[in-house]
Amino acid sequence: MRFVDEYRDADQARALAAQITALCEPGRRYKFMEVCGGHTHTIYKHGLEDHLPESVELVHGPGCPVCVIPMGRVDDAIAIARHPDVIMTSFGDMMRVPGGGGSFFDAKAEGADIRMVYSPLDALKIARLNPDRRVVFMAIGFETTAPSTAMTVLRAAAEGVENFSVFCNHVTILPAIKAILDSPDLRLDGFLGPGHVSTVIGCRPYGFIPGRYGKPLVCAGFEPLDILQSVHMLLRQLADGRAEVENQYTRVVPWDGNPKALEVIGEVMELRPYFEWRGLGFISQSALRVRDAYAVHDAERVFDVPGVRVADPKACQCGEVLKGVIKPWECKVFGTACTPETPIGTCMVSSEGACAAYYNFGRFTRDRVKEATRA
Amino acid sequence: MTTGAETTAGRSAEQSAEQRVLERIERARLRKPRVREERVTLAHGAGGKATQTLVEAVFVDAFRNPHLEAMTDGATLTLDGTRTVFTTDTFVVSPLFFPGGDIGDLAVNGTVNDLAVCGARPMYLSAGFVLEEGFPVADLRRIAASMAAAASAAGVSIVTGDTKVVQRGKADGCYVNTAGIGVLERDVALGAAAVRAGDAVLVSGPIGEHGVTIMLARGELDIEADLASDTAPLREPVAALLDAVPGGVRVLRDATRGGVATVLNEIAQAVRLGVVLDEAAVPVAPVVTGACELLGIDPLYVACEGRFVAVVDGEHADAALAALRGHPLGEGAAIVGHVAAEPPGAVLLKTSFGGTRVVDMLVGDPLPRIC
Amino acid sequence: MCLGIPGEVVELSPDRDDIATVEVVGVRRAVNIGLLAPDGAKPGDWVLVHVGFAMSKIDEAEAAATLDLLRGLGRAYADELEALADSDIT
Repeated sequence: MRFVDEYRDADQARALAAQITALCEPGRRYKFMEVCGGHTHTIYKHGLEDHLPESVELVHGPGCPVCVIPMGRVDDAIAIARHPDVIMTSFGDMMRVPGGGGSFFDAKAEGADIRMVYSPLDALKIARLNPDRRVVFMAIGFETTAPSTAMTVLRAAAEGVENFSVFCNHVTILPAIKAILDSPDLRLDGFLGPGHVSTVIGCRPYGFIPGRYGKPLVCAGFEPLDILQSVHMLLRQLADGRAEVENQYTRVVPWDGNPKALEVIGEVMELRPYFEWRGLGFISQSALRVRDAYAVHDAERVFDVPGVRVADPKACQCGEVLKGVIKPWECKVFGTACTPETPIGTCMVSSEGACAAYYNFGRFTRDRVKEATRA
Repeated sequence: MTTGAETTAGRSAEQSAEQRVLERIERARLRKPRVREERVTLAHGAGGKATQTLVEAVFVDAFRNPHLEAMTDGATLTLDGTRTVFTTDTFVVSPLFFPGGDIGDLAVNGTVNDLAVCGARPMYLSAGFVLEEGFPVADLRRIAASMAAAASAAGVSIVTGDTKVVQRGKADGCYVNTAGIGVLERDVALGAAAVRAGDAVLVSGPIGEHGVTIMLARGELDIEADLASDTAPLREPVAALLDAVPGGVRVLRDATRGGVATVLNEIAQAVRLGVVLDEAAVPVAPVVTGACELLGIDPLYVACEGRFVAVVDGEHADAALAALRGHPLGEGAAIVGHVAAEPPGAVLLKTSFGGTRVVDMLVGDPLPRIC
Repeated sequence: MCLGIPGEVVELSPDRDDIATVEVVGVRRAVNIGLLAPDGAKPGDWVLVHVGFAMSKIDEAEAAATLDLLRGLGRAYADELEALADSDIT
């Protein structure tokens, strides 16, 4: 695959790894947060950490849109889906995410009509084909996905597809990064910036991270060499005593983002005063809702949404895990009350969450893995 | 500043605390599976962890006997002195007709292959149909015709059957169940228990084509590709392999629901050995790779209906590969990995990128994802 | 978050100016290119696809530059290894 395979070369990786090791100050440990769940996925999929020296640790950040959805919102969506005339549509990612009263899959098993779609436009198509049903799209995702939802709402409005609405759970990444940076016990040396969010918002908005907090950020692509190169760029900044926003993913991310995408988000959506994030609590101005002008396509106004609140259990320490303050196994409920089958916190929800990954693979220490793969 | 000695003591206390947590997880993992859900979900039918849990907690628990508890693709029974293999499989594929096949040949090949990978020569099949009121007879004829063709290609006869019709809306057109019996002609004892460290792991051809074809044929994803199901009867390539390396074949599994990853996990768990896969060696057609990248799914978990996994004595790996490649249904075969002492009960993948990752069992179907 | 896959624009829709067929190694899908306005896209362009929308055009010159940089880092490493090997011999 073009623009993919060339960024997965093992020899290049080894060469880059040597350069990374050479840049590390002896005795110093480095913690970088990859903000985006897509990066976490790449790191696992390619076994990228095997190329990093032990002194460089990657901390998995809050950028997994399904993981940060609070349980109450899932319960609200299921309440909408239970209306007999409703077809709820959702990305595959959401199907297994548990609310307080089960997941979409559970609700489907109990009779709700919940369908998986690849694109919000597919949900709109279902609405067109089923004029006697109300079709709701479970909109999730960061700035990367919000423009697609906005474009779909604009299309629905233009075509007058009034039986189509979105249950808007779009969130914005910057307030979440800020919440992490404001934590007094933060132990991060820098950030791998979310490459695909940046195709929309560009690199400029990250300026406050080096500016106010003195931490470098490198906007990173999603192939494994992209991530290694970004780590190299972060280490180079630290070695030079710099803290700046840099763009590694120049083939996809324009420095100023995508003005058209920002325009359609602004047309259809506005910031909510605050929104709850699973594991991080309420964060002000961190999510989007549908504007009044498109109320007919806003599921929160079309339906009487119960507004369920399920508090994160007090013992859950996802916030600390996300901030890199504690390791998953140090959390009080890890492995007892909180397991992949019965997740309590955001880090256990997705298989790539820090806690779920540790639960499943923690027993495979690097030494044992090396032993097994030597032959 | 802490002294070096304090730091070391601190770290070892931390390590033992971590060790205790890991041990607790390991104990929980080995506990008898419980079904937590109050209702069956689609994940219970996907062939992964959820299916395993449901089958063990409900069916094995209720029917308990040594034949069943072996949990193989078919039960090996000695009937009047003859070693026979008996198996059954039910087919609910949607759509019923798809590029490369339909529910009919799938139903025949599926049961034929379950018998074949047990080392048996498939002989006789039964066919049971659950039809939805209103189902077109023309479609039923088409399904029957492809079953007849598949049976003839596999050298089996469909000798008994059953038909039921349910009210409109109570089924999705047509479901087919087949059961089959075969004879063990060779003196082979195939089974995960025979697997040893140092054995080689082979697949008989490029993986994932059936599953991706079905996903695209449903039309919901609006994705087009020139791709057909790999459904095929595996008796001949299996026989070629067993003839080429008599005594060298440990276990064979057809990689249906849950794909190659699930089959290898089941083998690894059964013998408490590790399977180490080499990502670069796993054959995947470019178009399958493309579809999987687009949908964010891993081809290792995607179903095949005409491919099998073979674990063979490491010393016979090349002979086994040559035997498979000598048959048209095995020409894309490859040695994809080996069995190792570590890590017990798990599958490791050496990635093309030069790293490693654990290939776990999925809970349910691989779902298209956006993140 | 945000799975994005590079694909090549192979055809523009004759009926709608915001739809194009994009191909990813033999896999084709209609993709909305409305977010690339006002420049749009033409056959032969590579775009990043996310949930059925083209999010940005892939800049081939920048892609080549990144690869050159990576190869440069690799070469520096190879040279170092060579120098090290030479110094061992002498």
